[in-house]
Amino acid sequence: MDLLFLLDKSVIAFVAFSITLLIATYSTYAERKIAAFLQDRVGPDRAGPFGIFQPLADAGKFFFKEEIIPNTSDKFLFIIGPGIAMLTALMTSVVIPWGDTLEIAGRQVSLQVSDLNIGVLYVFGVVSLGVYGIMIGGWASNNKFSLLGAIRASSQMISYELSMGLALIALIMMTGTLSVKEIVDQQHGFWHDGWFTWNFFSQPLGFILFIVCAFAECNRTPFDLAECEAELVGGYHTEYSSMKLGFFMFAEYINMFISSAFMASLYFGGYNFPFMDDLGLSQNWITIIGTIVFFMKIFAFIFFFMWIRWTLPRFRYDQLMRLGWQYMIPLALINIFITGTVILLRQP
Amino acid sequence: MKPLSNRSVVVSDKKFTLAEGSYLPAVIKGLGITMSHFFKRPATVKYPEQQREFSEVYRGKHVLKRDENGAERCTACGLCAVSCPAEAITMVSDERKKGEEHLYREEKYAAIYEINMLRCIFCGLCEEACPKQAIFLTKEIAPANYEREDFIYGKDKLVEGVEPMKRIDISKRQDR
Repeated sequence: MDLLFLLDKSVIAFVAFSITLLIATYSTYAERKIAAFLQDRVGPDRAGPFGIFQPLADAGKFFFKEEIIPNTSDKFLFIIGPGIAMLTALMTSVVIPWGDTLEIAGRQVSLQVSDLNIGVLYVFGVVSLGVYGIMIGGWASNNKFSLLGAIRASSQMISYELSMGLALIALIMMTGTLSVKEIVDQQHGFWHDGWFTWNFFSQPLGFILFIVCAFAECNRTPFDLAECEAELVGGYHTEYSSMKLGFFMFAEYINMFISSAFMASLYFGGYNFPFMDDLGLSQNWITIIGTIVFFMKIFAFIFFFMWIRWTLPRFRYDQLMRLGWQYMIPLALINIFITGTVILLRQP
Repeated sequence: MKPLSNRSVVVSDKKFTLAEGSYLPAVIKGLGITMSHFFKRPATVKYPEQQREFSEVYRGKHVLKRDENGAERCTACGLCAVSCPAEAITMVSDERKKGEEHLYREEKYAAIYEINMLRCIFCGLCEEACPKQAIFLTKEIAPANYEREDFIYGKDKLVEGVEPMKRIDISKRQDR
């Protein structure tokens, strides 16, 4: 492994890390603005022009707030909970291909931190670790509401992980690979051989199942039972204050960003865009435009997340479980069956 | 009974059809409704810079009027205090001395006149009760304060200035 390769990768890792944090920060602002627009309001507009410094003000507030640790709590777990939530949220961005390869001084630089050949599996492993942050946080608080929120969060995440995995199996049967980069490369362009190349058009049911599960995994409305203010005060983060609360919230926004990126790469062609081969541009330009297009797709998904949040009310717990186990999993199995049949029929 | 509006829906506990059970049509309809609001003009009034237009006869902070010579009209009869449903007004009367004719219109005047703005409900009954046309409600707002004591407005805050510039126009409330 030569030094330049290491340098490339550290630069990409650092940039991906900073962009993730920046987008998560500004997601809080976007959330408030979009909520306001959907409710005929203006939203935060005092800090800077159009309130664009609001996230900075919020962060400052979080840092200077009094840090309260309940004396009946398990202090070590109480402190480590938000850390785990943040860590697992940030770890998933490793396998996401932010763009195609750039050619710098005769070397091919792939805009991906690491092209694991089990990328999809890796994301699943890390995402299922994410529940530990919430579970530990809720348990260590030693508070009924926190515990109830944590129980809800863990049962919900475990139930929906199943159908999420099953929805993806159909996609993996089709693509024949677990590497995210290869899945994206297979969706090159937009139209090939009389059908769309993007996986959404061959797996529409799988995509709908996946996006519903992504909402549940991110603890977003209509599946935000883990932190429902109306019933559980604040759910698993009732006892948290200061930056530890900020970490939990931040982890939620990072998860939203990462799952948007994941959906964009798996189902909506990642950094591919229509007519990318007909423009006659050099490879570097195509890569740069592709990265911009990829981020536009991500932002569209983040907007969709927020749009849903300010439209739908929360599910009841039994409705959530019934939807997960009685509808989503059978549908995912049917999807696998249909996909398998089509693959079998199309074999020469 | 005949429904008053056309929006009433008959409640039933029928089972969902397959399409309804998938929630998708309702979700899409809801998304359409919220998106239509996305493009509507916000109803917000950006308060400190922009102020909502008040009615000409808005009932805000009180003013104790002076007459054309600059003498206070109030004669401390106490009718406003009696009429006040919130019992917000108190006063202490005093006798006018010689040489104070330019200050007080009548022989008796209010040495202390206090309105508790936390009690006041801005109904305007004091204004109606006043036989001397001395107290009126204005378009001004009684601002927020940090201390309870600061909400008790004395004569220093209520009586209008002597100079023509500082007189407060209450003609709209007189014309009613």
